Amino acid sequence: MRLIGRLGSWLDARLQLGKPIRETAEHAVPRDSASWFYVFGSAALTAFGLQLVTGILLATVYVPSAGEAWNSLQVLNHDIALGWFIRGLHGWGSNFMVAIVLIHMVQVFLFGAYKYPRELTWMLGVMLLLVTLGMAFTGQVLRFDQDAYWGLGIGASIVSRVPFAGPWLVNLLLGGPIIAGATLSRFFAMHVFLIPGLLIGFVCLHVLLVLKLGVNEWPVPGRIVRRATYLQEYHQLTHTKGVPFVPYAVWKDILFSGFVLLSIAACAVFFGPFGPGGPPDPTIIQTAPRPDFFFLWIYAVLAFLPPAAETPLLLTAPVVGIALLLLLPFIAGEGEKSWKRRPIAVFIVLLTAVTLGSFTQLGLHTPWSPVMDAWSSMPIPRAYLHGRTALERRGAIVFQEKQCRNCHSLDGQGGKRGPALDQVALRLTGDQLVRQIIQGGGNMPAYGKNLSPAEATAVVAFLHTLYPEGQAPARDAAQDLALGADQARTPPR
Amino acid sequence: MLVKIGVFFNFVVGAILAVPIVRYLMSPVARGRAGGYLDWLSLGGLDQFPAGQTRLATYRNPVRNGWDGETADIPCWVRNVDGQSFQVFAINCAHLGCPVRWFPESNLFMCPCHGGVYYQDGSQASGPPPRGLFQYSHKVEDGKIFIRAGETPTTGSPTALLKVGKGPSCG
Repeated sequence: MRLIGRLGSWLDARLQLGKPIRETAEHAVPRDSASWFYVFGSAALTAFGLQLVTGILLATVYVPSAGEAWNSLQVLNHDIALGWFIRGLHGWGSNFMVAIVLIHMVQVFLFGAYKYPRELTWMLGVMLLLVTLGMAFTGQVLRFDQDAYWGLGIGASIVSRVPFAGPWLVNLLLGGPIIAGATLSRFFAMHVFLIPGLLIGFVCLHVLLVLKLGVNEWPVPGRIVRRATYLQEYHQLTHTKGVPFVPYAVWKDILFSGFVLLSIAACAVFFGPFGPGGPPDPTIIQTAPRPDFFFLWIYAVLAFLPPAAETPLLLTAPVVGIALLLLLPFIAGEGEKSWKRRPIAVFIVLLTAVTLGSFTQLGLHTPWSPVMDAWSSMPIPRAYLHGRTALERRGAIVFQEKQCRNCHSLDGQGGKRGPALDQVALRLTGDQLVRQIIQGGGNMPAYGKNLSPAEATAVVAFLHTLYPEGQAPARDAAQDLALGADQARTPPR
Repeated sequence: MLVKIGVFFNFVVGAILAVPIVRYLMSPVARGRAGGYLDWLSLGGLDQFPAGQTRLATYRNPVRNGWDGETADIPCWVRNVDGQSFQVFAINCAHLGCPVRWFPESNLFMCPCHGGVYYQDGSQASGPPPRGLFQYSHKVEDGKIFIRAGETPTTGSPTALLKVGKGPSCG
């Protein structure tokens, strides 16, 4: 023990870091800021530390080559002792880091911590969010599987829409005109050198500012932030009623960070590593590419944007969004900090959460995608064939064979792209069914060239039987008049 | 004064060094179309592509590196319209580049990502794609079909494929 003490004083005599470190550790923070709400920043830093360590561990085995990356991930998963666990830690650590950064951001926003004089701290925080998302996206590419390959294609397609420079940017992004070896190499350089370098730089500045400007005080309704008086008020708060950061606040940070690490480890053990999915072989086209969790909402938004608005929105929305985030402290740099007196701030958070949550949920289920194998794997429910004529049953076969089921569900099974057809005969008369099938319209392809007249007659006869018991199918009232009601009406079953 | 000269000197050296660095970084852009893109790539004999049918074909990227692995093999759809004329479609959906699949029973291409659908002639049938499928320029010679390829076709740069047609108009 005495030896350690002597070594310590020998080092400190030269480094002279002891005093500044002690002063930093014991700097005064407002008493109320030693709160469980203030632990997310340090937790994000802890998660990043874990990413650094596990990232270096993975880099000792991973081969950043388009031809070998997928194989090296298989080796990590199956052949190297606990390689799967390190991959699990890194993958789950990434998800936790993004989630914690987002929670930290919401907390800072709701507590008004971005207001004067902490504008720059907030702006660096926005940059940290962006580089964290950059790490998540490039990391997904390094898991060089089918999703990564086609995800790069989606990225290239988005970048290509930039006016004039589009084709150049595609080549710059992919390292050439096509997704290939050069693409993975440059994403490796970005994920392992460029973005972590930026991240470390931003983190240092961010933490430095927190130390220089002090931890945000607990917002009290009615305590207004004014440029003229804030610094003095904060000084009073910390120096008369403040407590030293160590040990009064730090124990909560330490405890929560430990909890986060344990949660990541638990997820890694219970759920295992992410993929890799199928090999990055573009000739295997039986695949439905999906991005990772935190990008699912973008994937969903891309399914809903009308074609005319898509390119302008893709190019302007991110710029406007990031600009708004960066400029927030200048839009609302003074005033109330407490969320209890800031209904619009609370509303913005709720609206954003509901929006992102809804799109993520849709991204998990992709109701807009045809179910590619519905036609061959989901038989027509028996009840829909019972008591039908030969023509109607023939129609059911045509219905399956022509892949109608890929977009239309029967009894809840099949695609959700088009409407469910369980009760279609209530909505459309026989003539309307013919027109819709032959001409298409309303986002349905026209089948006029793909159905023989006999097939069209059969499938319409089948669809015309799809109405619930006790209700009559749709009918053309004019036809009743012209032909006589008895002839035109289909009797209810 | 000496400090100013020193700073200026370093500024000049930095500017000179920046030129090769920027040139190096821009090489994927500046390389342009290397010779390989002008070659005709064989997709195989015509007997693999029966009249009236659409079949998957693959080719090797003409400008590839040894470490490209599986990514050097690119698929495309070859449609033999009537035994005389052909269409060769890129695998990439015109919306965001996902791989479209051909369904011969309903004569449609369907995309698994956002539900883009195309007719057999490549024209857009439904969903978000802003245009029809991209087409390779092709020729038939000595009983084989050849295309020019090697670039990922993207919506924003429809000229990505050499001499690409505008795609058939929407039916």
